[in-house]
Amino acid sequence: MESYSDKVMDHFRKPRNVGAIDDADGVGKEGNPMCGDIMELSIKVKDDTIIDAKFRTFGCGAAIATSSMITEMIKGKSIQDALKISNRAVAEALDGLPAKKMHCSVLAADALKKAVDDYREHRKAL
Amino acid sequence: MKRIYLDYAATTPADPRVIDEMLPFFTEHFGNPSSVHSFGQETKSAVEAARETVSGLLGAAPDEIVFVSGATEANNTALKGTAFAKRDKGNHIITSAIEHHSVSETVAALKKEGFRITNLPVDRYGMVDPDDVKKAIDEKTILISIMHANNEIGTIQPIAEIGKIARERSITFHTDAVQSLGHIPVNVDDLDVDLLSGSSHKFYGPKGVGFLYVRKGTKLTALLFGGDQEKRRRAGTHNTPGIVGTAAAARIAHESMAEESVREAVLRDRLIKGITGAVQDASLNGHPTMRLPNNANISFHFIEGESILLSLDMEGIAASSGSACTSSTLEPSHVLLAIGLSHEVAHGSIRFSLGRWTTDEDVARVIEVLPGIVSRLRVMSPLFAERTSHGIVQR
Repeated sequence: MESYSDKVMDHFRKPRNVGAIDDADGVGKEGNPMCGDIMELSIKVKDDTIIDAKFRTFGCGAAIATSSMITEMIKGKSIQDALKISNRAVAEALDGLPAKKMHCSVLAADALKKAVDDYREHRKAL
Repeated sequence: MKRIYLDYAATTPADPRVIDEMLPFFTEHFGNPSSVHSFGQETKSAVEAARETVSGLLGAAPDEIVFVSGATEANNTALKGTAFAKRDKGNHIITSAIEHHSVSETVAALKKEGFRITNLPVDRYGMVDPDDVKKAIDEKTILISIMHANNEIGTIQPIAEIGKIARERSITFHTDAVQSLGHIPVNVDDLDVDLLSGSSHKFYGPKGVGFLYVRKGTKLTALLFGGDQEKRRRAGTHNTPGIVGTAAAARIAHESMAEESVREAVLRDRLIKGITGAVQDASLNGHPTMRLPNNANISFHFIEGESILLSLDMEGIAASSGSACTSSTLEPSHVLLAIGLSHEVAHGSIRFSLGRWTTDEDVARVIEVLPGIVSRLRVMSPLFAERTSHGIVQR
């Protein structure tokens, strides 16, 4: 099995912000079942700041840990600052990921972008 | 916390009795079996005694056993050795979609060398249809290779029937018997095989040693050239301790097989029943009855295998997964796809393989902790949420 950092295992054991926000302002879903990982990220936004974030993930330990970590990282951040979080930054915040698992961090970053796009679409529609 | 090992299909611990028999051959009896002096003659007789034991258990003659470094070498030798030896007769090889990588990758390499490959499908239980073998044969077919029992889902193939088909047409027939040896009866005449691969560490012997059975008269090109060992079928100084250990492990497994296979099958069935009874949407993979006594492969829908393995590991339980989310392709197991599972279900499959030291308590413990692990991961899974919200399953 892959050897994960203590931080990855901590987020896998006790994932933060699991679930879906009922009245979310934006929802992003990324990944596909073929590759074995799907992440769904929902965000609540107020005054251009992400005030809440929740995730649901089908995937390996790294996929769950990166999902959990990105919800922690974006909460309280402005949309603009949140979008600056790279997949590498998520991996670094977890004290690194095995090379073969870096795609999981890309998944998290992409899910965030989609959630923000969804939020912006919604706002345009209003 | 007591650790529970349920990955015997990956490897087994060596039986202490096997180690006891091996030890003198590292120190006291260290001679090279190819040497003429007494040091060499001592170990030569040990190697030949081991050959007799192994061949006897298989219903073979001693000189039909070639000791090698393990199943990967045995499979490579069987396939490449036959292909190159019979190249002038034809270029067609028949194999199945569920072979171990040491067969499928070797066959893929032979394809690049100009050999034509037929990859037979399997049914939903992972079974090859002997009729499909018959239909696939043409005048250029030189080799058929179908595994005896599958390493992932435990399905036991109709080898004797396929052997008969191959025999009638004088086509070389190989079986990879790595998972069945030591667990269920294996007799080369009953199975009607020309080549059969075995690996010692799968039946409580040492790692790094195995054998290839080669029926008398079977044309085979060697993979390794050098000394005259193994009648020039496999060069290299004999791994005397490993060969002695192989024979000891084979003998012990044979002696206890009747009793042990029943004991394991009871535990296996208890495990399967216990898990599928306690966890919703958990389904057994492989054949319901024609399966290895120690294999239980179960798909846990809506969740991914590695996260199940990690959770089990946190409870001290070792199993393995059909999810290859560590592989560079991200493709799940070819075996699980071949039996018709969707990608996401294949990704959520776990193999529990039992063995000599598996107890009732071990099985009970797995049944106890699994429901919690599965429901925790399902709460996190968007696939599970979709399934329930669509009203397909309302629990």
